[in-house]
Amino acid sequence: MAKSKAARKSGETMKIASSCETVVQGMDDEDDEELQRALADDIISASEDEGGSDDERKHCKLLEAISSLGGKKRKKLTERSEASIQVSEFTVNAEGEGDKINLSDLIGTLDKTPSALIKTKKQLKNLQHNQSTLETPLTRKETEKIQREVAFEKTSKEVSRWQSVVLQNQKAEQLVFPLNQEPSGPKRIEHVVAGWKAQTPLEQEIFSLLRMNKQPLHDPVLTPTEEASLRAMSLEEAKIRRAELQKARVLQSYYEAKAKRGKKIKSKKYHRVQKKVMRKEYLKQFDEMVKTDPAAALEELKKMELSRMKERMSLKHQNSGKWAKSKAIMAKYDDGARKAMQKQLEVNKDLTQKLVIPADEDEEDEEESAETLPDFVNDVEPILDQVNPWMRGKLSTEPMMEESNRLDPPVWPREVGKPGEGQDDQEEDEEQMEETEEESLLRGFEERRKLRQTEDVKVAPMPMVENDDGKKAEILEISDDDEEAVEISDDEEALEVSDDDEEAGLSNFTSLFHGLVNHMEPPADQPKAGPGLCQGESPALLEEGLVRVRTLEDVELLSQDISASDTALLTTQILGTEETDTQSATQQADKKRKKMIDPNEVLTKEAKIIEMPLAPTAVEDVEDKEEQRVIIKEAFAGDDVVSDFLKDKRKQEEAGRPKVIDLTLPGWGEWGGLGLQPSRSKRKRFRVKVAPPPPRQDQKLPNIIITEKRDSSIAAHQVCQLPFPFEKPIQFERTIRSPVGRTWNTQNAVQKITAPKVVTQLGAIIEPIAREDLIKHNRQAVTGPSINLESDQGPQKRRSQQKKKHKRKKN
Amino acid sequence: TTRGMLSDSRVFDACENRKSKAPKKSRIKKTEAVREEKKSPTDFRLSRLRRDSSGTSRSNWKINTMIMKTNNSIYLCRQSLFPSRNSCSPVQFRNSSFIHIHAMKVKVLSRNPDDYVRETKLDIQRVPRNYDPSLHLFEVPREYTRALNATKLERVFAKPFLASLDGHRDGVNCMAKHPKSLSTMLSGSCDGDVVWNLTKRECVRTLQAHEGFVRGMVVRFCGTSFFTVGDDKTIKQWKMETPGYGEEEEPLNTILGKSVFTSIDHHQKEGVFVMCGQQVDIWDEQRSSPIRSFSWGVDSFSCVRFNPVETELLASCASDRSIVLYDMREATPLKKVIMNMRSNTLCWNPMEAYNFTCSNEDYNLYTYDMRYLDKPFTVHMDHVSAVLDVDYSPTGKEFVSASFDKTIRIFPKDSGHSREVYHTKRMQHVISIKWSSDNKYILSASDEMNIRLWKANAAEKLGLLAPREKAAVNYSQKLKEKFLYHPQIRRISRHRHLPKSIYSQSKELRVMKEARRRKYGLLLYPYHNCLPYSGFLFSTLPEHILNTLVCNSQTTEVYTLQYVYQ
Repeated sequence: MAKSKAARKSGETMKIASSCETVVQGMDDEDDEELQRALADDIISASEDEGGSDDERKHCKLLEAISSLGGKKRKKLTERSEASIQVSEFTVNAEGEGDKINLSDLIGTLDKTPSALIKTKKQLKNLQHNQSTLETPLTRKETEKIQREVAFEKTSKEVSRWQSVVLQNQKAEQLVFPLNQEPSGPKRIEHVVAGWKAQTPLEQEIFSLLRMNKQPLHDPVLTPTEEASLRAMSLEEAKIRRAELQKARVLQSYYEAKAKRGKKIKSKKYHRVQKKVMRKEYLKQFDEMVKTDPAAALEELKKMELSRMKERMSLKHQNSGKWAKSKAIMAKYDDGARKAMQKQLEVNKDLTQKLVIPADEDEEDEEESAETLPDFVNDVEPILDQVNPWMRGKLSTEPMMEESNRLDPPVWPREVGKPGEGQDDQEEDEEQMEETEEESLLRGFEERRKLRQTEDVKVAPMPMVENDDGKKAEILEISDDDEEAVEISDDEEALEVSDDDEEAGLSNFTSLFHGLVNHMEPPADQPKAGPGLCQGESPALLEEGLVRVRTLEDVELLSQDISASDTALLTTQILGTEETDTQSATQQADKKRKKMIDPNEVLTKEAKIIEMPLAPTAVEDVEDKEEQRVIIKEAFAGDDVVSDFLKDKRKQEEAGRPKVIDLTLPGWGEWGGLGLQPSRSKRKRFRVKVAPPPPRQDQKLPNIIITEKRDSSIAAHQVCQLPFPFEKPIQFERTIRSPVGRTWNTQNAVQKITAPKVVTQLGAIIEPIAREDLIKHNRQAVTGPSINLESDQGPQKRRSQQKKKHKRKKN
Repeated sequence: TTRGMLSDSRVFDACENRKSKAPKKSRIKKTEAVREEKKSPTDFRLSRLRRDSSGTSRSNWKINTMIMKTNNSIYLCRQSLFPSRNSCSPVQFRNSSFIHIHAMKVKVLSRNPDDYVRETKLDIQRVPRNYDPSLHLFEVPREYTRALNATKLERVFAKPFLASLDGHRDGVNCMAKHPKSLSTMLSGSCDGDVVWNLTKRECVRTLQAHEGFVRGMVVRFCGTSFFTVGDDKTIKQWKMETPGYGEEEEPLNTILGKSVFTSIDHHQKEGVFVMCGQQVDIWDEQRSSPIRSFSWGVDSFSCVRFNPVETELLASCASDRSIVLYDMREATPLKKVIMNMRSNTLCWNPMEAYNFTCSNEDYNLYTYDMRYLDKPFTVHMDHVSAVLDVDYSPTGKEFVSASFDKTIRIFPKDSGHSREVYHTKRMQHVISIKWSSDNKYILSASDEMNIRLWKANAAEKLGLLAPREKAAVNYSQKLKEKFLYHPQIRRISRHRHLPKSIYSQSKELRVMKEARRRKYGLLLYPYHNCLPYSGFLFSTLPEHILNTLVCNSQTTEVYTLQYVYQ
């Protein structure tokens, strides 16, 4: 009894010890409490029983020692038993022995076993000596949190691999489901062959034979040796190469000989001339280099700079040498000497002159070219053949224009020219004057054709004409004779220029004006763009109602409904704007007056031409605007804009008023004829008075004209807001303008345009995207989809090589 | 012929070309060298320019020969059009009855009958078409009219309801798709279990699987067997084949669980399935106890789903309003997001590994990117009652949701509002929904014992289409897309009929939303589907408003009040 009790106690002490060492791995609160209690108990009990237990243990050890003395080989068979319930995670409770186990005991066995690693032994020894306690491990909650975090990071990273695939699928023009379908139709032979394996012994034998002899398996064209031979040079090539080399060598020796000869020549003049030539050549080269290879040219420049520096440092051409001095004496009498001296000085000047960097000029040129548009931009597309639209294409009209400018009018005036024929033509003209007969005949033809063409042009409509000035020019051309072609073209240019100028001026002016207005009253625009119409519905929203659409009539009704609501909304909106307008009008009457100026009207009076550069100019400062405002104020001082506006409004009102319709027919029921008027009663009777239209919207608004020409029935079909992805109305209009149907596009184009975004196969099960797809996708991204024959052969080759190695080993 | 020739200006162009190209001297030389031929003018006929009928490109122009006759002179010129502008020499002879012609190749036009003769009588005659825009005017108005008609017809033909499968004697609680067969579908009701054949629209097999509700069912990935879980705390595995004559309907395998299971899902490729009830358990088919179980502070889960793409991932909806993510390979759950209201079910996108959508009690659906759980990717609103189930289309572009408000709605995956709403008079609360794996049909199971079969695209024509039909459909679809922003077309295409109750309710909701917007400003207004972030809300809102919001959260759009746990 006592023994067992002691054993239990010792177990508990052990428990305490361990708890002190490693304070709780993942302990619950209950465990904690228990421990505390146990600890308290033990402090008392341990002090009581300490001596007894120690004795017993020594006794046991003694016994063991004695028994071990007897026979070393005999080993004690220890019983293995299941872990009992009493075993707690903090103690090792072996039943047979009631001992407290120390770390030293465990290590003791280690010493005996020779197989134990020296390293671990060392570590254990170190541990024994180590006095410091280990750090407390984290609580379970915290460790789990960390685990979760790490795991989440890992998985999210793993999942992110799909990003590219998902994005690609989203962007794809067309997705065909099921995704990884094999393309139908005949496969390439490489695929078929690669997939096929030799199965029967005969086949295997054949293949092994083929492999041994390095015969091609997959692409049965060439053996490796054959390929190698192909890769090598052919005989002809080699010959050519050899000839080239020979020639080069000969040339080299020739040049060498020449240089030697040149060096031996003593004549100074020869050398001077030579140098001059060289210098010229060099300059030429440099010029070219500037154009072709600016970097190299820069280096050359540096070299030149260096030579200049040298020149400045030396006294070489400064007429200070012996020769110069002698010449200076002679200079008084000899003209040649003077000249020679002058030349020297010039040379010096040349050499010491700083170089002008040519790049600047280029820039200037560029700027110039950027400022003005080339003329052909505004040209109408030349219509080569009115009948055949296929003949339409951008053939430049410029050469023609130049031609007509250069040539005399009666010689071959041409409307339709082809590029690159201009100069030849001129040269040839002189020659052809000799052949007068042919010439005259040809000319006859020419003229006739010309006539016919003009007729054609007059008759045929011109669908491609876009801008007004182009039209004018065209018409002008048509109406005039051939001989005036030059003048016409000039006119055309002039017209264009003036028009352009006008436009530029206008735009300039309007921008200015806008700036002005904004400057004057910035908050005026804001209330208009309040939360009105637009934020009601997002485009995806369904319009759910109680109406069930069954037939086409219902659908029609639907559309009518919308138009009604639309107009209602519009009116409210307009009313709203009106209100704000009136308010602002009363507040700032004089400013309004300025706002009412019609820029177009003013412009026609002013006719001031402002050249607008194409490049965007810098934003003007506030001061500038102020100045401009003053200028404009002065400019428009005399205009009575208000009265003009009122007149306009009255005119519009007049136009909008319904007119009385007179349906009287003279001669019915009475005499008719010259000078006879139908009777008054009849006139009264047949005069139909139309009901007055609803009052004008701008009736009570003196400063506003609201046009009532807008057709609400059309408005219902028009887009009032710019839809989301578009940024400019032009973009949207462009998408609408390009037709989709077969009437306007070729069969293939229609098929391409109308291809649906998602294609599914009837009755095919669409599996979720698989990991293999991802791998495939990645591989495609790296190498591209092309199939490489060599890669197919690669492993086989390797395999054969391995086989060889094996054989060698066997041998 | 002369007239025709003269009108053709190209001939002259060509003449000029020649003239300008070659200087005269060389021509003289040529004349010396050539041999002369004698031919009468009548032998020649004008051969006109011909375009290869098959193509439009300029390369198809052929070299042509032109001979023209005027009073006493005849011109022969060989003309080749673009791209090479070469030889053409006009030669002129006067007062001669014979013509002397420079030796040149005189090429005669040859026509290939294949280009214009049809092979059989039944062939459609090839009609060369001129696409000159000036010949086909008013393209925009014409296409607009076509688009308008197409939308109208689409609305008229929109008849999505196909069939109703009735036979259950209690509300249908769950459904399962067959992974290998399109025509087979399984449904579990509150009293038993049924296998359906969809093509014949008849019940193939009925079996009493559980006592009480069948809570969940799933077909094994190979399609040979299926699992059911029920209220009687059992998991049963059944063969897909119907038992032969005389055989008894017995499960292959039965596992007794400790608690009630609410949902089951099977791994895509391995014999592993997952169940949830009090905790999320992962089972191996071969073992009688779960190989792993996850729990994280909650005691009841309503739904658990395997990720179909990254097959080791799982997600579950718990009763503490949370969605928890798991990895089968990890010991702990990954992450948890707590929403304002409970989510009923969730569904992974089968084409995008990291996206899933959950159907929430607060009338909305939320699409999440599992990597960024702190705010939903998109909020899909339109339902007017709790959303009970959601299923993705196999293309991953859209999903369908079933709601307590007796409607089914189809949402594009990235849009905040539905593109389609289905309902019938007799359909009650829709409990379960599935999108068939050929992307064509939708199956809905509802309270009143019926399963309904719908078309996924309401106006689509079923069955095989002739190529021309297909082209017409594509064309009209494209037109509808093109003119989508035009008010009439938009209005017509978006019009849907709704039962009065739902209509009025949605109206009410809208009013409430508007009122809230007015009260709290734009802050709380979901503008263009991007809701304010949770952190933003918490930091900016006064507390009393927050409280009211949480209280009224059934009707607010401020559901992103959520916490993300790690």
